[in-house]
Amino acid sequence: MSVLTPVLTKRWLSPDAWRLETYERLDGYTALRKALAAQPDELIQLVKDSGLRGRGGAGFPTGLKWSFIPQGDGKPHYLVVNADEGEPGTCKDVPLMMADPHALIEGIVIASYAIRANFAAIYVRGEVVHAIRRLRHAVAEAYAAGYLGKDILGSGFDLDVVVHAGAGAYICGEETALLDSLEGYRGQPRLKPPFPATHGLYSSPTVVNNVETIASVPYIVLGGADWWKSMGTEKSPGPKLYSISGRVKNPGQYECSLGTTLRELLDLAGGMKDGHELKFWTPGGSSTPMLTAEHLDVPLDFEGAAAAGSMLGTTAVMVFSGHDDPVYAAYRFTEFYAHESCGKCTPCREGNYWMVRTLRRILSGAGTPQDLDTLLDTCDNIFGRSFCALGDGATSSIVSSLKYFKQDYLDYIEGRTPPVFSPEATELVGAH
Amino acid sequence: MPTEETRRKAREIIARYPVPRSALLPMLHLVQAEEGYVSPAGIAFCAEELHLTKAQVAAVATFYTMYKRRPVGEYLVSVCTNTMCGVLGGNRTFEALSEHLGVGHDQTTVDGRITLEHAECLAACDYAPVLTVNYEFFDQVDAEAGLDIVKRLQDGERPQPTRGAPLREFKEIELLLAGFPDERPGAVAAGPAGAPTLAGARLAEEQGVSVPGFDPSTPIVPNAPAPEGGLKAGSTEPEAGTRKTTPPPAVDVPKKEA
Repeated sequence: MSVLTPVLTKRWLSPDAWRLETYERLDGYTALRKALAAQPDELIQLVKDSGLRGRGGAGFPTGLKWSFIPQGDGKPHYLVVNADEGEPGTCKDVPLMMADPHALIEGIVIASYAIRANFAAIYVRGEVVHAIRRLRHAVAEAYAAGYLGKDILGSGFDLDVVVHAGAGAYICGEETALLDSLEGYRGQPRLKPPFPATHGLYSSPTVVNNVETIASVPYIVLGGADWWKSMGTEKSPGPKLYSISGRVKNPGQYECSLGTTLRELLDLAGGMKDGHELKFWTPGGSSTPMLTAEHLDVPLDFEGAAAAGSMLGTTAVMVFSGHDDPVYAAYRFTEFYAHESCGKCTPCREGNYWMVRTLRRILSGAGTPQDLDTLLDTCDNIFGRSFCALGDGATSSIVSSLKYFKQDYLDYIEGRTPPVFSPEATELVGAH
Repeated sequence: MPTEETRRKAREIIARYPVPRSALLPMLHLVQAEEGYVSPAGIAFCAEELHLTKAQVAAVATFYTMYKRRPVGEYLVSVCTNTMCGVLGGNRTFEALSEHLGVGHDQTTVDGRITLEHAECLAACDYAPVLTVNYEFFDQVDAEAGLDIVKRLQDGERPQPTRGAPLREFKEIELLLAGFPDERPGAVAAGPAGAPTLAGARLAEEQGVSVPGFDPSTPIVPNAPAPEGGLKAGSTEPEAGTRKTTPPPAVDVPKKEA
């Protein structure tokens, strides 16, 4: 039996599915009609029953999140879609928004109806203008056809949707930073609690969900919770977009049952590229600890990845071979986190700054064995000591590469591997 | 100074949000659409329209990478050098372009036409290595292909992006980011999905894989009777509700358009 579960991706094969006319011909907006005939609470219960978990990395149960929105509180409610895809490795939401933008919009209307929101925003990272163009077009089509706006399909339910372009800040993928950014501030995380469910956008009850999460909703409304649970594992049900990149023959998007292993994914992707042997990989982006060839049979669901000492993250499976250097990979990821740290919390801001310099010294051939202790010590001081998960994520590649590939570090330090950077690079270094 | 047209557009943006300040990020894109960067006049303009101080606006503008503090050329060339693109060739591409153009990161050529930058992850690792020109994607670009793109830009050509619409100038693309549609015929349709996007879906189709048991008339409340006559589907698909086991939407391959 194949691990492939073409649900969200099925319509992508129709090149014009982004047009409303084609989308409707392929059963588009039938879930909305069905949902509007139900009570909002019934939809929340349905999503709870389906076991759908957030696809943005944390895996929080979606129905539960929706149920936290206080009802009858007299405040406006909001739905915010997190389309700020930017975690290194992650590349699933942009193709979804390109190929099938109406699936996202249909999910937005259903979710907004369920949580009683009359305003929704899609926060898309600014660098993907092709997806923004498609989304704006789809939103305009949906308004013209009566799927958005006042009295949607005669139901009495009103919803306005804005496509909001970000401006290049990875941190805005963190939900509270995203909300600050959407309010017109610097994108810096808020202290939780209070959670967005009670104090979100404009301090009102807000659900923030990932693109893939929301795009899953119409299928659950149509096929039901039991059908959804026929895919995936008990605690991580449903299909999932696995994004395979790197040293494989056919990189790309593979929608599979949650719990699929790397061995199975590599098989789908045509295997490793000729002349390449698997050395290290991430199960879900740069914030998830690296794994190795020992972990080929780890079931990639939320529990399986955690049990292997990593995280499922966004199922962005980056595959590296013996041609790639785990020390350089950790360095480059760390440079990313140093650049993207919002600067609010000292451990993350200063720690990443110094770890970049320490790693640069090692890669320049001027490192010392003590540098490795300094790195781990710095990671200890970042992990769990910042407002948001960016700081935690920044430590993942360093701690995991030191765990599995300490010898690669020592080879730079002891001169067996030629330096990547010139010795001048060490002049920038002043750690300990 | 902002034109009356820009002022009108700013007010149109503000009207889209429940709270005016939410319009600040789009308005900063609007400023770049007019000036090619976030100019002091643009900061004053946003402050005035949103009743903020210039310091409040500047604090936001300086936080985000896409807001430029110096004028950008006609074309902003962004080479992804994050880990995956970097090791697959992005690092070499950046070096080659830097040498060819004689500029480094976040610098513009002497003639003011091309700005080069290295970009952090652009969410296209399955197409790695990538670069963008004015945020339109060129996929699987090595140093040679990158040089070719840049040389053609220098020659006044506009190479076709792999996945995006035909290129436009930096200021024009900023208008899209500010929240206004791209009204060029065919712009929305441009950029067919590439092989990596469709890899899994195609494989499933080849192998005849679908998820069994999908019935769109499954009741939302379990054990409740299904609606009479099945679910009422969209008018163009009158039979959808009567099917008992329907696979997820069928593939619709439209006829080739002339």
